[in-house]
Amino acid sequence: MSIKEALQERILVIDGAMGTMIQRHKLTEADYRGTRFANWHSDVKGNNDLLCITQPAIITGIHLQYLEAGADIIETNTFSSTSIAMADYDMQELAYELNVAAAKCVRDAIDQYKAKHPNSKEKFIAGSIGPLNKTLSLSPDVNNPGFRAVTFDEVVVAYTEQIRGLVDGGVDIILVETIFDTLNAKAAIFAIKEYFRKTGQPELPIMISGTITDASGRTLSGQTLEAFYTSVAHAKPLSVGLNCALGAQEMRAHIEELSQIATCYTSAYPNAGLPNAMGEYDEAPHQTAHFIEEWAKNKFVNIVGGCCGTTPDHIKHMADNVRSIQPRTLPIVDKTI
Amino acid sequence: MSELPIHIKPYLRLAGLEPLVIRPETNFVNVGERTNVTGSKKFARLIKENKYEEALSVARQQAENGAQIIDINMDDALLEGVKAMTTYLNLLQSEPDIAKIPIMIDSSKFEIIEAGLKCVQGKCIVNSISMKEGEAKFIEQAHICKAYGAAVIVMAFDEVGQADTKARKVEICTRAYKILVEQVGFDPQDIIFDPNIFAVATGIEEHNNYAVDFIEATREIKTLMPLAKVSGGVSNVSFSFRGNDAVREAIHAVFLYHAVNAGMDMGIVNAGQLIVYDEIEPELKQLCEDVILNQNNDDNQATEALIQYADALKAKGEDAGQVAEANSKKLAWRSGTVEERLAHSLINGITDFIEADTEEARQQYSAPLEVIEGPLMAGMNQVGDLFGAGKMFLPQVVKSARVMKKSVAVLTPFIEAEKERLKNASANPNGQTKGPAKILLATVKGDVHDIGKNIVGVVLGCNGYEIIDIGVMVPADKILAEAEKHQVDIIGLSGLITPSLDEMVYIAKEMKRRGMTIPLMIGGATTSRMHTAVKIAPEYNDGVIHVLDASRSVTVAGSLLNKETKKPFLAELEQAYIQLKSDFDNKKTVKQSIPYATALENKIAIDWSGFNATAPNFTGNKGIEITDLSVLVDYIDWKPFFIAWELHGNFPAILTDEVVGEVASKLYQDAQALLKKIITENWLTAKAAVGFWPAKSNGDDVTVTNGSENIELHFLRQQAKKAAGQPNFSLADFICPASENKSDYIGAFAVTIHGIEKHIKAFEENLDDYNKIILQALADRFAEAFAEYLHAQTRKELWGYAKDEQLDNTALIQENYVGIRPAPGYPACPDHTEKYTLFNLLNAEQHTGISLTESLAMYPASSVCGWYFAHPQSQYFGLGKIQQDQVVDYAKRKNQSLEYITKWLQPVID
Repeated sequence: MSIKEALQERILVIDGAMGTMIQRHKLTEADYRGTRFANWHSDVKGNNDLLCITQPAIITGIHLQYLEAGADIIETNTFSSTSIAMADYDMQELAYELNVAAAKCVRDAIDQYKAKHPNSKEKFIAGSIGPLNKTLSLSPDVNNPGFRAVTFDEVVVAYTEQIRGLVDGGVDIILVETIFDTLNAKAAIFAIKEYFRKTGQPELPIMISGTITDASGRTLSGQTLEAFYTSVAHAKPLSVGLNCALGAQEMRAHIEELSQIATCYTSAYPNAGLPNAMGEYDEAPHQTAHFIEEWAKNKFVNIVGGCCGTTPDHIKHMADNVRSIQPRTLPIVDKTI
Repeated sequence: MSELPIHIKPYLRLAGLEPLVIRPETNFVNVGERTNVTGSKKFARLIKENKYEEALSVARQQAENGAQIIDINMDDALLEGVKAMTTYLNLLQSEPDIAKIPIMIDSSKFEIIEAGLKCVQGKCIVNSISMKEGEAKFIEQAHICKAYGAAVIVMAFDEVGQADTKARKVEICTRAYKILVEQVGFDPQDIIFDPNIFAVATGIEEHNNYAVDFIEATREIKTLMPLAKVSGGVSNVSFSFRGNDAVREAIHAVFLYHAVNAGMDMGIVNAGQLIVYDEIEPELKQLCEDVILNQNNDDNQATEALIQYADALKAKGEDAGQVAEANSKKLAWRSGTVEERLAHSLINGITDFIEADTEEARQQYSAPLEVIEGPLMAGMNQVGDLFGAGKMFLPQVVKSARVMKKSVAVLTPFIEAEKERLKNASANPNGQTKGPAKILLATVKGDVHDIGKNIVGVVLGCNGYEIIDIGVMVPADKILAEAEKHQVDIIGLSGLITPSLDEMVYIAKEMKRRGMTIPLMIGGATTSRMHTAVKIAPEYNDGVIHVLDASRSVTVAGSLLNKETKKPFLAELEQAYIQLKSDFDNKKTVKQSIPYATALENKIAIDWSGFNATAPNFTGNKGIEITDLSVLVDYIDWKPFFIAWELHGNFPAILTDEVVGEVASKLYQDAQALLKKIITENWLTAKAAVGFWPAKSNGDDVTVTNGSENIELHFLRQQAKKAAGQPNFSLADFICPASENKSDYIGAFAVTIHGIEKHIKAFEENLDDYNKIILQALADRFAEAFAEYLHAQTRKELWGYAKDEQLDNTALIQENYVGIRPAPGYPACPDHTEKYTLFNLLNAEQHTGISLTESLAMYPASSVCGWYFAHPQSQYFGLGKIQQDQVVDYAKRKNQSLEYITKWLQPVID
């Protein structure tokens, strides 16, 4: 069953936070390095994507936990697996390999899961493309607002390499997520379109997920939700949605709006509430799931899941709560004005 | 919840920061044309002179005048088009009041168009592509535009040439539409046709029908391809009347009236000069109708009539008035006070007038610095409030900072001159002529987010601070080394991800370890006042300040760097943080306690098998008396002495403190004088009781063997939920359990200072409160010093478990020794009633003369008591809140009523 068929039939569940789960392992610098990078010349602790190479068992184990919790879509651990983001660790050369390895971690988890649950429904791998640590619409130098730390072309090159790695690794979906600067996302979309056009491969479904950063209801780069959707609609995505920055409570109005204007499927994977004073997310699984269930009942969403602070427990509660709810039906796009 | 499916119409949808949906009822969409180097001389000049900032005001005027899309064109032979387009669009993105509007990227060179598309996050319009150079190129360019997600304007232009008649216009547009929709996969609503507007009334008869051709072609195109749009460059139509704006505007209004009725959706116009069709003077309107619709125009009659009218109108110069009126409305805010104007410029990020306004303010205020501290800061505070309330967003704030910087730049030379003048006059009342204060900023190790930090840097930079920004992922070592190297006045740390919080705690500890004294500012999305109060501030004594946002960083830095405000500011903050911390501590356990039985299982892991207790030199108790207090002087911790005098600071640094140093030094001299007198004249006697006993633990009780009887000591255990691997402490854990069948010991002590009353009375009689309070404070210091001295004696001799210890006073105060001496009633063992047992064991009343009040306070007031634990793993801790299950158990163990125990333990019961 393809993901499109699955979406017609039910609400799909995407997995929860990776970082939160990795933190639980309390990995040390040495753990991050593994044997291969034992003598690497800079610190790599915190480079979570690197774990796909140095600690694949941990990453696969986390994926497996989410599968057991009921996730249908598992994201690769590749949020920062671009040459641009990896340059922080001087690991830009590894970008392609990281993406291939990350896809393999998910594949291994799915294989293990299927071996245990032979009659389970189809599971999908979403190749995660993060927003980069450099932005195309904002100047890092406020004295020179016209300055850009990176060019559109450089971003396209970096994303193209990531896409190549994800596709070679065998992902089912390309997921452009946590978009806080729409121009970065447009570069990703450009890279995806051009990659498939030039290689002649059939284009994989694209999921797009933006981030509304605060009470202004806008992206970090200043766009309203509708402006954001309008600016990425040319991707003809499988789904468009929101993730990160907000908890479900704060995200509700925005996902409702999106469900009214998006011609494609909608997705939402909020944080487990807003961080408390200690920077921890403490919304309980049943609380998050309760919000999500209400969205599902109101037909706001087709894909639900969790971002920062969510755990397999959150995902399990969500999956249980939305299992019997009919998904949002796609709007009818009129032929005439 | 609606059961009906949602319908979505195939409208043309564009976006800047905000969406623009072109619906039938949208009527006509104005595309601003003044940001075009080929159409606006002023704009062309500004771009050529590299005055991009000023050129932005051209775009802003368009937006303010109602342009719904802004057309940008950099096609000039003397310009590097790609660079000019990129530069201008990048700048424009940081102007939210312009960037909210969708952009139309206008060029005849596709490379310039593509450069433009790479700069704009919103959905743009490309103006334009055509089949001028054949289908293949047209298709390729259309593909590229589609990949960037832009709508396209297709010019009615093919291999043969530009379409001038209705038939040719319709033919080319139909063909282009088919290619775009069928071959390229364009959405029909994203196709906009420009069927070419040519000038009429040129005197050439073939041109007379051009407007009609456009209008009728539009009607046909909209019928054939209803989802597509029609646009055009409106001002072309009146080209022959250039120099006569009143007539041109009338022609445009008449042309648009008919073209829009025929289906024209948008047009490139001078948004500031559109007039309403119905408002056109009737005679002029009729003449324009004739020209546009090519009626009554045999032998150019209509054209001639309009030219005559235009000449007459020009002579009257009537058009001047209209323009002036428009300008005055637009700049209404300019009539406010200079403070209002500065605030307006800051909030709206307008640089156009900031220099003049700043200069005006400078002349009004008595000192240039007052302009910064007054109206500019007021404006920035408004910006901060608006940002905090979600009414402004990031790019606007950044822009405001820029306006601020420009204003400060105007003032800087005057500020410098002022400093120079003060220096020359050798009048230096504030001692502030050294260079600007330095603030070091860094994003901590493991974190790469730095947008917020950069903003803070700019905002602070605007306020005259020298910013040393050492970037992201900076290890603690480097941050502190750089801070020392540059001798900065403040360190600012930023972090956005959760683990950064721990790193900040670590840096605070490191600052303390390195003996730094500069304040530490904490900022970033994941930080909070609460976390700062609870986790970071306790690690560093010289000021840890959570800064909510960039705007507030200015007031915080100002308070910290002003010598008069720093201490009260920090003192107030400390109080607030202590309150927050206690609120948090109280709240935390509510959520995070574990059952007592579970806590009891989670003891500190001590390997008793390898443990051999040192036997004390004696067991039982004995009294000690010191009459020569000089042995205690070296053990005095002076910091609390100064605190008693409300002089806060580290000793001996406080003696040279710029503000209180003089006062502190005087006090210290007087205290030393009295101290000398106390010692030489033997005013005071120090008395102690000390004892050691065999002991074994059993759960949270410790059984002490005192001669032939066993006495039970009772301790309490932490009940907060701990992180994995962290024990729930109880003091009982530091005594070897009975089950180990090994010998172990516990000690106890009580010390006091006698003899103060007589001298207090003498001072009182002399009305010498000053020395009275010094004496009281010194007696307290002696008691503490005696406790420290006795503990050292215990470690080295009396118990002798650390015979080789060599510690100086600083190390003592920092408690860098083996073993602890916790006091009943204090955090590790908050039950005051255990003092009864302690006193009984020590026979303390006899040995020392200390008596316990009914509240279990010790008298004389200068007294200290406590238990001795010698195990190397013994450590101080705070009990935190305990739960009812432990209270019940404790009451049972102590064989006391629950009521009695609850009364004494009230402060720690959850």
